[in-house]
Amino acid sequence: MAVEKERRDFLGMALGGFTALGGIAALGAAKRTWDPLPSVKAAGFTTVDLTEMKENQLVVEKWRGKPIFILKHSKDMKSDPRDVVVGDDKYFVAIGLCTHLGCIPAYVPDVHEFHCACHGGQFDANGKVLKSPPPSPLVIPPFKIDGTKLVLGEEGPEFKEMKAKKLIA
Amino acid sequence: MNKEIKILIIVVFFTLVTYWGVEPYAHSQMHKHVEDNNFAYKDLPALKAKGDPAKGKELVMGAGACTGCHGIKAAGMPAPMDASTAAASYGVNPPDLSNVGGLLDERFLAALIKNPAHALKVEHKFSDKRPHPMTAFYGAGGDMDQEIADMVAYLKSIASKEIKPKEAYEMACGRCHAMRYDKWTQMGETPKFKYKKDELAYQVKVLDYQDHLKAYMGKLPPDLSIMIRARNEHFLKTFVENPQSQLPGTAMPRVGLTAEGYEKVVKHLEEVGDPSKPARDALGWKVILWAIGFTILAYLWKQKLWSKLH
Amino acid sequence: MAHFEKAKNLHDWLNQRLAVDTLRRVLATEYWIPKNINFLWAMGMILATTFGILLISGIFLLMYYKPDTKLAFDSVNYTIMSEVGYGWLWRHIHGVAASVVFLIIYIHMFTGIYYGSYKKGREMIWISGMLLFVTFSAEAFSGYMLPWGQMSYWAGMVITNLFSMGSLELNGLVEWIRGDYVPGDAFLSRFFMLHVLLMPLIIIGLIVFHFGTLRIPHVNNQDGEEIDFDVESKKYLAGDTKNAKVIRFQWDFLSKDFFVLGIFLTFFFYLVFYHFEFAMDPVNFDPANGLKTPPHIYPEWYFLWSYEILRPFSKDIGLMAFGFAQVIFMLLPFLDRSPNVAPANRRGLFAVWFWVLLIDMIVLSVMGKVPPMGIFNTIGLYAALTFLGLWVLLPIITLLEKKK
Repeated sequence: MAVEKERRDFLGMALGGFTALGGIAALGAAKRTWDPLPSVKAAGFTTVDLTEMKENQLVVEKWRGKPIFILKHSKDMKSDPRDVVVGDDKYFVAIGLCTHLGCIPAYVPDVHEFHCACHGGQFDANGKVLKSPPPSPLVIPPFKIDGTKLVLGEEGPEFKEMKAKKLIA
Repeated sequence: MNKEIKILIIVVFFTLVTYWGVEPYAHSQMHKHVEDNNFAYKDLPALKAKGDPAKGKELVMGAGACTGCHGIKAAGMPAPMDASTAAASYGVNPPDLSNVGGLLDERFLAALIKNPAHALKVEHKFSDKRPHPMTAFYGAGGDMDQEIADMVAYLKSIASKEIKPKEAYEMACGRCHAMRYDKWTQMGETPKFKYKKDELAYQVKVLDYQDHLKAYMGKLPPDLSIMIRARNEHFLKTFVENPQSQLPGTAMPRVGLTAEGYEKVVKHLEEVGDPSKPARDALGWKVILWAIGFTILAYLWKQKLWSKLH
Repeated sequence: MAHFEKAKNLHDWLNQRLAVDTLRRVLATEYWIPKNINFLWAMGMILATTFGILLISGIFLLMYYKPDTKLAFDSVNYTIMSEVGYGWLWRHIHGVAASVVFLIIYIHMFTGIYYGSYKKGREMIWISGMLLFVTFSAEAFSGYMLPWGQMSYWAGMVITNLFSMGSLELNGLVEWIRGDYVPGDAFLSRFFMLHVLLMPLIIIGLIVFHFGTLRIPHVNNQDGEEIDFDVESKKYLAGDTKNAKVIRFQWDFLSKDFFVLGIFLTFFFYLVFYHFEFAMDPVNFDPANGLKTPPHIYPEWYFLWSYEILRPFSKDIGLMAFGFAQVIFMLLPFLDRSPNVAPANRRGLFAVWFWVLLIDMIVLSVMGKVPPMGIFNTIGLYAALTFLGLWVLLPIITLLEKKK
């Protein structure tokens, strides 16, 4: 009786296990259904033409739904290892979201500073924190320099170097 | 068990009878049978001479006046007008001739050069009072059949050896039929625009083209994005081979594809309209195998349990 | 506050709060099913499973479907079919399941009619089942609107036009149902609401009710025998499982259900992957066009018999016949005047009545699909008259039936 009961349970468990396999495969398909669509991922690259930019005038581009600050350095602005250098010009490129809670800081051209209205945080023209509460500098997005164009979303050699030196965030 | 097999046979029988009546039988009553000629073009005469591509080139560029309306990228000849202007002038953008030799039947090409409305089977729309926008070739002074054979030979010589399905679609269908799922309009690939204004300006150009096309054809030819699932294989093949056979009186011209050319066009229709087919075929038998495994295990378990009960 | 003791283990903890052991006995291990049954008794479980399949595949479709006449068609045929990971799979499963579920419903229904499982205490099972048929029909119809293809539009147009009630010309009512003069955005979004929320809630409620109506009368058996479940269950529990006339729902009955389910799933998945045009009609792959009626429009196969009853008669008579056909099945327990619960082949003329009804409904279905011309019109008319006649005759036939 006990042996027979064991065999029945084994078959029942085998059936249950086999069904579970099917269930797991279905869950795998369901996970893929939640994945971002190819058209969303393809929109993950934005190209910006830098040639017409004016010094000390903030340009805000959109990349992956986020605002991207691009600021062309004027002569009096100091250099920084996080600068994006294109020919003779230097640019500050960063994701325009305050690292505190994600508001978009405003650029004040007279003092070369970013002031965040939400909780009073401040950054310098290179994105470094001047006044808390933001805990860390403005984040540098992946970028690639293509002639006079900047391709956001692609990791170029300059970006990779900054990443290695832990400068991007 | 015997009784259950009997019941199963009855259930399956009535299900199959219902299926037969409601699907194959009913559909056979809805659509009259159209013969599949496999692109034989029996109504068109065979070429009467062996063509010389070199002489053909002279004619195509010269007395044939083809390049007056048609671009030939393969010979470095750009189209004389942009798509919008062409549509305004002729109703539709004349196709580039680079690949016609590799996609269209030679008898069709010969007949087309000689009498476009006849080859295209649109004589019910065009006459002397309303001539077809493509002018017929009246000869360059010599033996017209030889000249036509030469031109056809030239067109065949410049055609790419490896025409892709998308190129076949572009040449044979794409100037009248958009494919929004492939970002294709009658004007070509839709470019990406950074500014909304430029995007809208392009859309206006496309709409203009479509208005000219609508006036030329009578109504806007349908978007073919999902046509591969909206009509069956037989319909599409017989329709493309001779539109009049399935839709008498239609403005769609016979396009003169060879059987191979048609296969390429179908491949593109499948790529755009039924892209999941390869995945479906690959996954299907695995899922069915799982179901069979489930059935076997369930049967064994059931047998064990019921050995106590019978 | 009721008395609770420190639990010995998790099982005991749950028992004190939820009486899980009692529930398990009443609903599963001591829910007694007659042993004298065949595979047709598994159709209920197959229906529950197919409904589950529809619910789950529907959930994934719902993530990407856009209920807007400008966006609906492409959200299904482009986004879901080619962009979404396995979107094509959920769409195929959902479309095929929606069609196959009606095959199982009809088999389940006719099994009930054949074995007399609608009378002598089982009337509520039958009525709740027919209500499920009506709600599943509404669910299927509303679902078919959603892809907004040519068939969606014109089926929507034709069926809502029925509500003008023929000569009563209740055009205002038709416009109210549509929320517009013609099927449009308002129409689409309200049918979306019905399909995704209201009908599923009602169906789930009715399924629970349907199970509830089964519990006391118990499931019927192949001979229509009245079983003393107390006596038979005592035999089983005492160990005499071979002679007991009953089996446990869990796992005796369910194990056989799973086997039949496996055969069903094999057939179902074959259709999903390789043979689905019957469920995904090509006409609906043309985007809806209110200015062009397709040369052939027809409802899905499971509505054809009822559609055909409408066709052969003049407008008002047709509507009355159609209304009659929708309601008459509901009245079966009361039109059958014989007290015999037995398979049809042992009920004299009722057997003839059964097979004629089945064949008649198949003929009506085929006639409902073919173009209404020539001999098809004649056959359709006679089949419709036969249908009406059968129901008129039923009380007479069953009154004449010899008592078992």
